[in-house]
Formats: sequence, C-alpha cells, structure tokens
Amino acid sequence: MRYFVLAFVLLVFVVVSIAGCRGGLSRRPPVELFADMDRQPKLRPQAVNRFFGNGLSSRLPVPGTIARGAPYQDLPLNTGREPGTTNFVTLLPVPLTSGLLARGQERYAIHCAMCHGAAGDGKGLLAKYQMVGMANFHDQRLVAMPDGEIFNTITHGKNLMGAYGATINPQDRWAIIAYLRALQRAHLATVDDVPEPARAGLNK
Amino acid sequence: MSDVFPKWTNRLPMLLLVGLVMAGTAVVAGVWYYFTPKYTRVGYQPIQPVAFSHALHVGQLGMDCRYCHSAVEESWYSNVPSASSCMNCHNQVLKDSPKLDLVRQSAATGEPIPWVQVHKVPDYVYFNHAVHVRRGISCVECHGPIHQMDEVYHAQPLSMAFCLDCHRDPASRIRPVDKVTDLEWTWNSDPAIAADLQRVNGEKFVHDWNVQSLQNCSACHR
Ligand code: HEC
Ligand code: HEC
Ligand code: HEC
Ligand code: HEC
Ligand code: HEC
Ligand code: HEC
Repeated sequence: MRYFVLAFVLLVFVVVSIAGCRGGLSRRPPVELFADMDRQPKLRPQAVNRFFGNGLSSRLPVPGTIARGAPYQDLPLNTGREPGTTNFVTLLPVPLTSGLLARGQERYAIHCAMCHGAAGDGKGLLAKYQMVGMANFHDQRLVAMPDGEIFNTITHGKNLMGAYGATINPQDRWAIIAYLRALQRAHLATVDDVPEPARAGLNK
Repeated sequence: MSDVFPKWTNRLPMLLLVGLVMAGTAVVAGVWYYFTPKYTRVGYQPIQPVAFSHALHVGQLGMDCRYCHSAVEESWYSNVPSASSCMNCHNQVLKDSPKLDLVRQSAATGEPIPWVQVHKVPDYVYFNHAVHVRRGISCVECHGPIHQMDEVYHAQPLSMAFCLDCHRDPASRIRPVDKVTDLEWTWNSDPAIAADLQRVNGEKFVHDWNVQSLQNCSACHR
C-alpha cells in the first residue's frame, strides 16, 4: 500500500510538473482534442491556401477589374479632382455636418495625431523618435491648399508621408479634412472670436 | 488450505477499492483541469517572424488598434496590417535595423510576412468582429491586455462557454463605443464604484442600443 501511494504521488507530481498550470506561456500550438471539423479546407482571409500557386488566400483583383462597391467613378468624392481634369476641388464634396466633424476628429486621432500632433502643429509623439519632416498644418501653404490636394496626399502619400488610401475610406478622408480645417481655423482665432462674456476667463 | 492465499489478501478488495477511487479521482481531476481550452489554448505564444511589440507601439507610442487593424469595425475579420503600414513610420524610424529586414523586404516584394495566427476559432464557428466592436465590446474582453504584451499570447479561452457567459449577460461587459480600443479604460478608478456604474450603464446601453446577444445555436453555428 505504501508503495502504491508513493508511486501515485510521484505520478501526479510528474504529470503536474510536465503539464504545468492553466495559463502558463507556451510556444507549442494548442492541442485540438476532438479535431473533427475544426480545420476545414475553406478559404480564410490572410491564411496560407495551397490551392493558389503563391499560397495567398487574400487574392489581389485581376487587372482591369473593379470590386463591387469599390469607389471607381471619376467623381470629386473619390478622386478629389474636378471630373475629367487634374484640377483639385477646392471645397469638400460632402455635406459638412457636426457628425462629419466628430467622425473626423476620431479618425484624425487614430491615423494622423501621432505624427502631426493633436493640434496639427507637426509635433506629434513620433518627433521624439527620429521621425522628421512632419508637416505643420498651420503653415500658410497648407491653409491655402485646396481640399482636393489634401485628399490626394492622404490617398497616395507624398514624399516622406505614406499612403493611407488602403486603410481610410473616402468618406472618412473627407471627414478628416473637415476636422483639419477646424484645427486650422482654431489656430487662426483671435480674441474677437470669443464671445464677450467668456473673455474674462481667458488668461492672455 | 490456508497457505494458498496469504493473510494479506483479505485486505485486497479494500486496497483495490481505495486504489481505484484514488486513480479515478486523479483521472477526473486531470481531465477537468487539463482537457479544456482554459489549459490548451490560454498562454499560447508563438514566436513571430518579426519581433513586433504591442507594448511599445500601443502602450508607449499610444497608437490606436484601428491604425493597423483597420477592418475591425467594418468586417467580421480583423486584418493584420500589411508591411506598407509599418513602412509609413519605419521608412524613417529604425531605417536600417536588422530587426525590420523582413518588413522592408515584404514591402518591396509584396510577399506577405508569415505572421503566426494566435487566436483561431474552429471553422464551424461563425465569429464577427464588427458586431462586437460596434456595440461596445472591447478588445480586452477577448484578447486580454494586448497593450502590455511584448509578444501576443492567447489570454482568454475563447471556448463556447466563454462566449455564452457574455452573451447571457452583456450588461456586465459593455462600454461606451468610443472606449473600445482604450484597453485600460474603466468607469472609475475605484473598483467598487466602477462595478456599480457598469451595472447601471450596462443595462441602459443594452436597452437603448437594443443589444441582442443571441444564444440560439444558429447564431454562431451557421
Ligand atoms: C507616419 C507619420 C505620418 C502620419 C501618420 C501622417 N503623416 Fe502627413 N506627413 C508626414 C510627413 C513626414 C510629411 C511631410 C512630407 C514631405 O513633404 O516630405 C507629411 C505631410 C503631410 C501634408 C502636407 C503635404 C504637402 O503637400 O506638403 C498633409 C496635408 C498631411 N501630411 C496630412 C496628413 C493626414 C490628414 C494624416 C492622417 C490621415 C497624416 N498626414 C498622417 C507624416 C505623417
Ligand atoms: C506610428 C509609427 C510606427 C508604425 C506604424 C510602426 N512602428 Fe514599429 N516602431 C516605431 C517606433 C517609434 C519604434 C521605437 C524606435 C526606438 O525605440 O527608437 C518602433 C520600433 C519597432 C521595432 C523594434 C523594437 C525593438 O525591440 O527595438 C520593431 C521590430 C517594429 N517597430 C516593428 C514594426 C512593425 C512590424 C510594424 C507594422 C505592423 C510597425 N513597427 C509599425 C513606430 C512605428
Ligand atoms: C503598429 C500596428 C499595430 C497596432 C497599433 C496594433 N496591432 Fe495588433 N498586431 C499587429 C501585428 C503586426 C500583429 C501580428 C503579429 C503578432 O501577432 O504579434 C498583430 C497581432 C494582434 C493580435 C493577435 C492576432 C492573432 O494572430 O491572433 C491581436 C489580438 C491584436 N493584434 C490586437 C491588437 C489590439 C487590441 C490593439 C490595440 C490596443 C492592437 N492590436 C494594435 C499590429 C498592430
Ligand atoms: C467578442 C470577442 C472579441 C473581441 C471583442 C475582439 N476580438 Fe479579435 N478575435 C476574436 C476571435 C474569436 C478571433 C479568432 C477569429 C478567427 O478564428 O478568425 C479574433 C482574432 C483577431 C485577430 C487575428 C486575425 C487573424 O486571423 O490573424 C486580430 C488581429 C484581432 N482579433 C484584433 C482585435 C481587435 C483590434 C479588437 C478590438 C477592436 C478585437 N480583436 C476584438 C475575438 C474578439
Ligand atoms: C464580452 C461579451 C461578448 C463575448 C465574450 C462574445 N460576444 Fe458575441 N456578442 C456580444 C454582444 C453584446 C452581441 C450583440 C451585438 C448586437 O446587438 O448587435 C454579440 C453578437 C454576436 C453575434 C451576432 C449574432 C447575430 O447574428 O446578431 C455572433 C455571431 C457572436 N456574437 C459570436 C460570438 C462568439 C463566437 C464568441 C466567442 C468567441 C462571442 N460572440 C463572444 C457580446 C459578446
Ligand atoms: C455565442 C456563440 C455560440 C453559440 C450561441 C453556440 N455555440 Fe457551440 N460553439 C461555439 C464556439 C466558439 C465553439 C468552439 C469551442 C472551442 O473550440 O473550444 C463551439 C463548439 C460547439 C461544439 C463542438 C464542441 C467540441 O469541442 O467538439 C458543439 C457540438 C456545439 N458548439 C454545439 C452548440 C449547440 C447545440 C448550441 C445551441 C444550444 C451552440 N453550440 C450554441 C460558440 C457558440
């Protein structure tokens, strides 16, 4: 009996020390206990799929085709240019609403603020990490720049700035531009823009 | 006759019984403890081809999840960013670091970086990011404190019981939609007050937004 108990305790000890506790970090992929239909040979995005020669399951569009719903028409909304020309549109082609501005503020914080700064002065957090040349939106050139040209910069990038056309949809790009204009306007504000009763509260 | 079976065999049935009970208990306890996703999945931390750190990019630089996982609000699938997203910054930051060789190569050739997928539900389960994220279910509920992880590990079991726990009582987890990617966010720094606010506001959100976290089988097995 004594040997049995000893062997039993030893076995439990060995199992626990090999298997460890719940939640321990491990490099081994999880065991699938009853793996009946867990992994089916169907297409999953961004996974390797041997059906295709290069294994890419997320296929690129065939040249000369356009995905359904993709913004393809030659409209100011999609290109930032006057239809049929290369001239940039000067004003937003979408209605300016408070909803659009709020959306723009949120998207600006996600996509632009770490470089251009929350106030748009080009001094975002990344300035502390070897990142240079971030444009200051309060630059006279950028204040005067047509909306369409900023749209083009977001879509295709410019010089040192990467392209955001793939991750921000056109509607959101216009929302960001609307918010960017609000930032510029706020920067140009003077005391006269503050309502009379509130002026006392300002520390000049 | 008394020599055929020695004296100790009288205790044999008893010993066998005790032994079996002990072994049985051990097997049941072992299966209960180990044969569950809480053990098999939680803690899975594969070695990634590039030493990308969420703790650095999210925790320290304060980036939003949606800068990289940009499809998470629109689609069922939360994408892993392409190398060109990394190059938006890394064309200047750590421009020559060998740690980023693979990223530069991928951006130049279009060959994807072979990231190892950590979270994976079985293929017979239908999961959808957009429905959750747009209804104030934060990433932290299902992925744990990503913003503190140098290497991503599997923090929650993602078993059927885990999904259902929340689907039965979403009010205890739901939060304002604009705080979904702010993983550190709480209602209040005092846990007791936060729990009260969660209850009150959670029930309000569930009612106001008409949240229907279905429990019928065809919601997730379609
Ligand atoms: C990774 C850092 C980074 C991010 C994020 C970023 N930018 Fe830039 N941006 C730059 C840099 C660097 C330049 C300077 C480009 C140059 O002229 O070389 C620039 C320039 C610009 C310019 C001026 C272009 C010109 O004509 O001179 C605009 C407008 C602009 N960015 C808008 C945005 C908007 C809107 C966003 C958010 C969607 C954004 N940027 C996000 C780094 C960034
Ligand atoms: C918003 C800009 C930005 C983006 C986008 C970005 N990074 Fe970084 N990354 C940084 C900064 C800043 C550092 C820190 C540099 C330093 O420590 O000097 C860094 C550091 C790193 C490091 C080195 C970490 C270490 O241990 O030293 C790696 C690897 C890395 N990034 C990979 C990536 C990958 C992969 C992506 C794309 C998914 C990416 N980064 C996207 C800004 C960015
Ligand atoms: C700079 C870009 C970047 C940002 C910002 C970012 N991620 Fe990631 N994320 C990645 C990359 C690249 C991977 C794939 C490599 C890995 O698993 O570490 C990844 C992987 C993940 C995974 C694991 C995916 C899997 O394979 O199961 C989760 C979960 C995740 N991210 C959640 C988040 C959350 C939550 C946030 C916001 C707090 C966030 N990420 C912010 C780039 C980013
Ligand atoms: C309700 C739970 C839940 C929430 C909330 C959630 N996720 Fe996920 N996530 C999952 C599950 C389940 C998977 C595995 C999906 C699969 O098998 O394709 C996953 C997978 C991922 C992946 C890996 C995709 C891949 O195939 O490589 C990333 C990246 C990710 N999530 C990011 C996020 C981000 C960012 C957020 C917050 C904005 C978030 N998730 C919120 C449950 C969730
Ligand atoms: C932290 C809470 C939470 C967790 C965990 C969670 N869910 Fe949900 N889920 C919700 C809520 C809330 C909704 C309802 C959203 C709405 O009303 O549109 C929902 C909706 C869904 C829907 C959409 C149903 C429909 O057709 O309307 C599916 C599918 C789903 N969840 C699957 C899952 C799966 C699979 C898991 C486990 C990997 C999971 N959920 C984990 C909270 C959660
Ligand atoms: C909220 C989403 C959700 C709902 C609702 C749901 N399931 Fe599941 N189910 C899951 C997930 C996620 C898994 C995968 C669990 C895992 O891999 O650990 C699963 C796995 C299963 C499995 C396989 C278990 C195994 O390990 O092989 C069965 C059988 C199953 N579900 C039956 C049902 C039935 C019957 C119902 C209705 C009463 C139901 N499910 C409702 C999410 C759900």
